[in-house]
Amino acid sequence: MTGYGFNFAGQRLEARASGALWWPDRRWLVVADLHLGKSERMARRGGALLPPYEVAATLDRLEAEIAALEPAAVISLGDGFDDDAAGRELPDGLCDRLHRLAEGRDWVWITGNHDPGAVPKRMPGRTLPELDAGITLRHEAGAGPDMSGHFHPCIRLAGQRRRCFLIGQDHLILPAFGAYTGGLIADHPALAALVPEGLAVACGARALAMPIGQRHRA
Amino acid sequence: MTLPPRFQDWFARQGWQPHPHQLALLEAQGDTLLIAPTGGGKTLAGFLPSLVDLAGGAHRGMHTLYVSPLKALTADIARNLARPVADLGLAIRIEDRTGDTRPAQRARQRVDPPDILLTTPESLALMLSYPEAPAIFGGLRRVVLDELHALTENKRGDQLMLGLARLRSLAPGLQVTGLSATVEDPQALAGFMGGARVLEADPGPAPDIAMLPTASPAPWAGGGGHHAIPEVLEQVRQANTTIIFINTRAQAELFFQALWAANDENLPIGLHHGSLAREARQRVEAAMAAGQLRAVVATGSLDLGIDWGAVDLVIQVGAPKNVKRLVQRIGRANHRYNAPSRARIVPANRFEVIECVAALEAVAERDLDGDPRGPGPLDVLCQHILLTACAGPFEADVLYAEVITAGPYRALSRADFDACLDFAATGGYALRAYDRWQRLMLRDGLWRLRDPRAARDLRMNIGTIVEAEMLKVRFRGRGGAPLGEVEEAFAASLEPGDTFLIGGQTVRYEGLREMVVEVTKQPTRKPKIAVFSGVKLATSTQLSHRVQALIGDPSRHHALPGNTRDWLALQAEVSALPRPGVLQSESFRHDGMWHFALYGFAGRNALQTLGLLMTRMMEEAGLGPLGFLSTDYALLIWSLDPVTDPAPLLDRAGLRAGLGDWLGSNAVMKRTFRTVATIAGLIQRNLPGLRKTGRQATFSSDILYDTLRKYDPDHLMLRITTDEARRGLVDFDRIEEMLDRSPRLDHRMLDRVSPLAAPLLLEVGRVPIAGQGRERLAEAEAAALMAEAGLA
Repeated sequence: MTGYGFNFAGQRLEARASGALWWPDRRWLVVADLHLGKSERMARRGGALLPPYEVAATLDRLEAEIAALEPAAVISLGDGFDDDAAGRELPDGLCDRLHRLAEGRDWVWITGNHDPGAVPKRMPGRTLPELDAGITLRHEAGAGPDMSGHFHPCIRLAGQRRRCFLIGQDHLILPAFGAYTGGLIADHPALAALVPEGLAVACGARALAMPIGQRHRA
Repeated sequence: MTLPPRFQDWFARQGWQPHPHQLALLEAQGDTLLIAPTGGGKTLAGFLPSLVDLAGGAHRGMHTLYVSPLKALTADIARNLARPVADLGLAIRIEDRTGDTRPAQRARQRVDPPDILLTTPESLALMLSYPEAPAIFGGLRRVVLDELHALTENKRGDQLMLGLARLRSLAPGLQVTGLSATVEDPQALAGFMGGARVLEADPGPAPDIAMLPTASPAPWAGGGGHHAIPEVLEQVRQANTTIIFINTRAQAELFFQALWAANDENLPIGLHHGSLAREARQRVEAAMAAGQLRAVVATGSLDLGIDWGAVDLVIQVGAPKNVKRLVQRIGRANHRYNAPSRARIVPANRFEVIECVAALEAVAERDLDGDPRGPGPLDVLCQHILLTACAGPFEADVLYAEVITAGPYRALSRADFDACLDFAATGGYALRAYDRWQRLMLRDGLWRLRDPRAARDLRMNIGTIVEAEMLKVRFRGRGGAPLGEVEEAFAASLEPGDTFLIGGQTVRYEGLREMVVEVTKQPTRKPKIAVFSGVKLATSTQLSHRVQALIGDPSRHHALPGNTRDWLALQAEVSALPRPGVLQSESFRHDGMWHFALYGFAGRNALQTLGLLMTRMMEEAGLGPLGFLSTDYALLIWSLDPVTDPAPLLDRAGLRAGLGDWLGSNAVMKRTFRTVATIAGLIQRNLPGLRKTGRQATFSSDILYDTLRKYDPDHLMLRITTDEARRGLVDFDRIEEMLDRSPRLDHRMLDRVSPLAAPLLLEVGRVPIAGQGRERLAEAEAAALMAEAGLA
């Protein structure tokens, strides 16, 4: 067992060590900020030529979670693509791979600030601005209770920086699942305003929970 | 060329006599490397031929290009040159061009260059990337490379030599003069320049250098040197102007504070180091030049250049680490030729006493140290190719022929050149998904930028010094004055309320706002820590061998001060002295972890390699290694469980087996990769607007490294990283040689830190090990936090 189980807004959820969220009652696998096509977008805009393997690296990890959990639905909480064009430009081979992963299950792309448009027809799945399941699933936190991505939260633990979930009263914020993504430290004001206290669950070899917030610091 | 009468008159009016090497340089044909001690009038020697030539009045356009490693030096030289030019009534325009030069001035220099331009390697690379470069440099007659010894210590020198090769193509017949302080191998330096005749000036009298006697002995450990404060103050009082060199910025901050606490007479003493705001540094430099300061506490940021005739004493606090650098620093005292320089050394702890004694012996024997340079690095070549494309289309054959005229790239193979060109053009990925977006394209046999707008980004990323990301520190509130910069990682470790030292004062961390560290004044509280890791000087291999010989031979201990002898005696009593033929090691608990110290005296790099290999074997043995650090003398590994028998961990077959994959995912390799990838242009450090958002840190270069290793293991960037690590970390031979030299193992289990190990605990440069140990620690830390919050 590599996940950390917790209650949020009356639901039993599991923060996976990979950075994905598992909702057992609904059999939903939720991931945030895949940023597929980041290297392609940087190159297209005249920037650095990053190694063009990040889509494969991200899909390798997603595939492992899908194989382990057999979800009924996979939900991407926005910024699934590094921009709208990235979805159109994705090489055919990787597009086929996404279709294979989506076979036999619902696949939802929630829109994000990087990819505000609908996913192209060549992609599997459907696009929604947000999804209400008692808990609102959206890209950036709004009126709670909601689960969202966008901030790429990270935390320091034993001298290392790890991606993490933030679990507060009203908001559940997922780490970025994509390979080439940076992070924002959990006590950054933007994050501290959303989750002033609660739990952080660090990703890595195992999911490790620890308290965060004012009460602990005082 | 001879010295015209009006120049002779000018010298006479100053009451000066031209030095023989100044005249020799004037007469020299072809390229020359002048080796002269500090204060030997090197810079004037370098400029005399230009001034004499320009006095003829026949030249149009840029005549002489002067390159120095320091921006401050160019401004200083411009001032110094202005005087003879005015005195002699020469119609010569002298300007400098650095990162500080105003945009309007830069733009004008591109269409109307001055007669003499003073610049830095980075600014030269930038100018060479302009399409106007042939016009700017086409009429160039001379290039003067100042402080060349300092430039060859890192990749800036390689970049400069590539630029020089370019200049030689643009201006055939160019004459190059290199200026250098005393070095161990002048011929090698001349070869680095692409070949030059060596001209050695009279080295002058032997320096007056000794240990500074102190009333209280150096402490067991620590790098502060605070025990010597009264004696240092007394020396400052007796001298006109003193430079107090300290090895790291943090130590300089602390020493400066301690010095002022004892400075009852309020002697004007300043502070100068690379983390201070530029304004603060310039104030100190100006005060120093005006003779208003009695002393300045400085780090390596003052090693170079700036001409302070009044300095008559240098005090080196802390081990000198390197005999050559010590000699060059001593030279800063007494900027008068033919008078001995005066210098005093203050070892900061008892281990350093031994190193100081060894270094003094080496100075007396004029035995300079230094490592030969490897071939020109390929990441620098990648950057050069991209910048060359910014200037205009080029032919691969022509560029290759030009590049191999640069000294460091003489032996560059065509295959390596082509690999770099391929990387510059396409990213060099096995998967050619990128053909549509490649940076360079080939048309009509010429390589050119596919998108000319990319030139802007490439120019913003010029340079070969890859620094840790720095954040500015300011007082909170409107118009808070900038105090300096700290590393981002340090800022991330602070909690509101923490105090630290910067600019000689203790401040309280309040928070991070828009990527600025905001602080308030906190005059009374003891600081948590001084801020920077600073530049870590490696003790030269030669010096560590001298130290080993001294420790290992008790019959020579009489050369050491009494308390150092006592300290070594105590080491012999509680553990054992490292002796010839024996590899000494110790295990002890400290700070909640087990520590293993091995006294290998094999040099920092070999011991670093050994650290990687041994921690790998400890991981396999389940000892939970957490990290290690290496010095030139010893290796220190900390772990959750103790090393009780080092023999299996030092097994040659086991160590050799690790060599195959030790280059894997360790922090040393990732650090090297980050530098290489940044220089080569794979990672852009100055993407416009990126830092301003402050939203998310850019993805880490570690991720790129892991991705490349998994999906494209033969990629050029990984090859450069591996080569560099092998060269930098030293190959396996040095470890085998250490094992051969010391066939007997002597391991001691101690109930406390040993005298020899104490200084190791304070060293910086720790390498974390990501493995089961780290995971166990993370679990324990998370569990403890949960328990503390009543959640477990």
